[in-house]
Amino acid sequence: MSRIQTPAAGRLQTIARNPVMLALCMTLALAGCASKKNLPNSAGELGLNGAGAATPGSQQDFTVNVGDRIFFDTDSTSVRADAAATLDRQAQWLQRYPNYAITIEGHADERGTREYNLALGARRAASTRQYLASRGVPANRMKTISYGKERPVAVCDDISCWSQNRRAVTVLGGAGM
Amino acid sequence: MLRRKLLRFLVVLAGLMAFLPQARALVEININKGNVEPLPIAVTDFVAEGDLGQRITDVIAADLKRSGLFAPVNKQAFIEKISNPDQAPRFDDWKVINAQALVTGRVTREGDGRLRAEFRLWDTFAGQQLTGQQFFTQPDNWRRVAHIIADAIYERLTGEKGYFDTRIVYVAESGPKNDRKRQLAIMDQDGANARALTNANELVLTPRFSPSRQEITYMSFEGNQPRVYLLQLETGQREVVGNFPGMTFSPRFSPDGQRVIMSLQQEGNANIYTMDLRSRTTTRLTSTAAIDTSPSYSPDGTQIVFESDRGGRQQLYVMGADGSNQRRISFGDGSYSTPVWSPRGDLIAFTKQSGGKFSIGVMRTDGSGERILTTGFHNEGPTWAPNGRVLMFFRQSAGAGGPQLYSIDLTGYNEQLVKTNGFASDPAWSPLLE
Repeated sequence: MSRIQTPAAGRLQTIARNPVMLALCMTLALAGCASKKNLPNSAGELGLNGAGAATPGSQQDFTVNVGDRIFFDTDSTSVRADAAATLDRQAQWLQRYPNYAITIEGHADERGTREYNLALGARRAASTRQYLASRGVPANRMKTISYGKERPVAVCDDISCWSQNRRAVTVLGGAGM
Repeated sequence: MLRRKLLRFLVVLAGLMAFLPQARALVEININKGNVEPLPIAVTDFVAEGDLGQRITDVIAADLKRSGLFAPVNKQAFIEKISNPDQAPRFDDWKVINAQALVTGRVTREGDGRLRAEFRLWDTFAGQQLTGQQFFTQPDNWRRVAHIIADAIYERLTGEKGYFDTRIVYVAESGPKNDRKRQLAIMDQDGANARALTNANELVLTPRFSPSRQEITYMSFEGNQPRVYLLQLETGQREVVGNFPGMTFSPRFSPDGQRVIMSLQQEGNANIYTMDLRSRTTTRLTSTAAIDTSPSYSPDGTQIVFESDRGGRQQLYVMGADGSNQRRISFGDGSYSTPVWSPRGDLIAFTKQSGGKFSIGVMRTDGSGERILTTGFHNEGPTWAPNGRVLMFFRQSAGAGGPQLYSIDLTGYNEQLVKTNGFASDPAWSPLLE
């Protein structure tokens, strides 16, 4: 988890000057720790976007405050309970800001063969789209694309990275089929 | 390199010489035995102006050595210096250094600028010429002449076709793992003459050679539309294969080169389709709520092997070319993927995942007789040499940063790194060149 420390440390410095925010964040952090798996479940948790306040309705708002990605278990394409919570927030946000179309990018970890992982990523994108549709996001606002195992975000050779690469990322705009 | 005119070699059997190879050779290699003791062979520098003769013989010797079936004798040990390849060598001089076979030759320049390369293969213990041929070609094709001569030697001594005058198309990879650039590239089977076929702007995967034309099929994400393409190697012309309502991937040609077989992704399912390249008609072959992919035809075109997770995990299945009689053939522990039918028709090579390791293996076409050739952190995607004796695949070692190509004999011996400029994956072996 070393990669999350740089932006998080910067954020902590900012937060430390504001005791109210500090208390709030500690509550969130505890809630995060209590969730069933000790795996990141959003870009915010991964520290991908360090900045605090984002303009409501902005790309940054979606990525940081809603969470643009969900993670999957090995060889699984079903939406986990923690992922469902993220997708619920995505669906609410997308209904509040109906001008956005989205592309759902499906990804696999590297512990599979290339062709199968293309299909596995597509299946993850499809199950994500189906979930969002079931929460009221119109199908015509959603496209999908699979990158298989070709676009990892975490690059080590063990499970801590593979778990972050098995993901579906909701991209505002974007291009898929 | 490909823009040059595809060579037309004049192959002339040099049977006019006095040493007629009628008797059955004493020197031969039984390559079906498993671990073969390499045959000591002396490859002498071809008589030529400058260093061209030496360059050609170095390529020939390197091909033979890499096959694992031959042990080229160190030139320092040679006693006789071949100055007139039309004369019989002094066999005793070669027997005493245990060179059981001897290659001599000459390269001259014709009046029209072409090269003329001739060689003779001798059985030193029988005191006989085994074969002799000559070739004419343009000077910049000297490496191909060397590979063709190496193939002729291999065939004469093993009884099987060679595979040295071939190319590999592959995915050249560069840059860090989380920002990897991928380009299609092509090289001679020994790693020479490598060049890129696409730029690095788009993700490209799984190139495969046409069995009959200078053409490959591959998958590209061009325009964020992941689809199967054709690429003409001589003109660089590209086209999308078919007009499918979703991602197409995992393409391969039929043995006659007239069809492309591939997977079409729709929602969570992938099914197998073919497209006839002349009529442009498409045919659906599988229809499951599963991932069916990596199809590969038998060399006679009547059957198709593919992988499917319809039973829960990836396993290998065989069906008729019309999609009939789909049956599972892999039943070992773990999961099986990327099956490829041998050009000889008798075996299927595959990737196997088991116990956290990735292996390359082969099995008979009914699934029996499984043999694992190599196992490690990650081995994937076998491709067959056109004679069905050698496989190439890609390997990523833990912490290595990227994949590299390896070749291995069907017996599991003679594993060799195939050197590429940077990382490489998804090799596909060409047929023997025309």
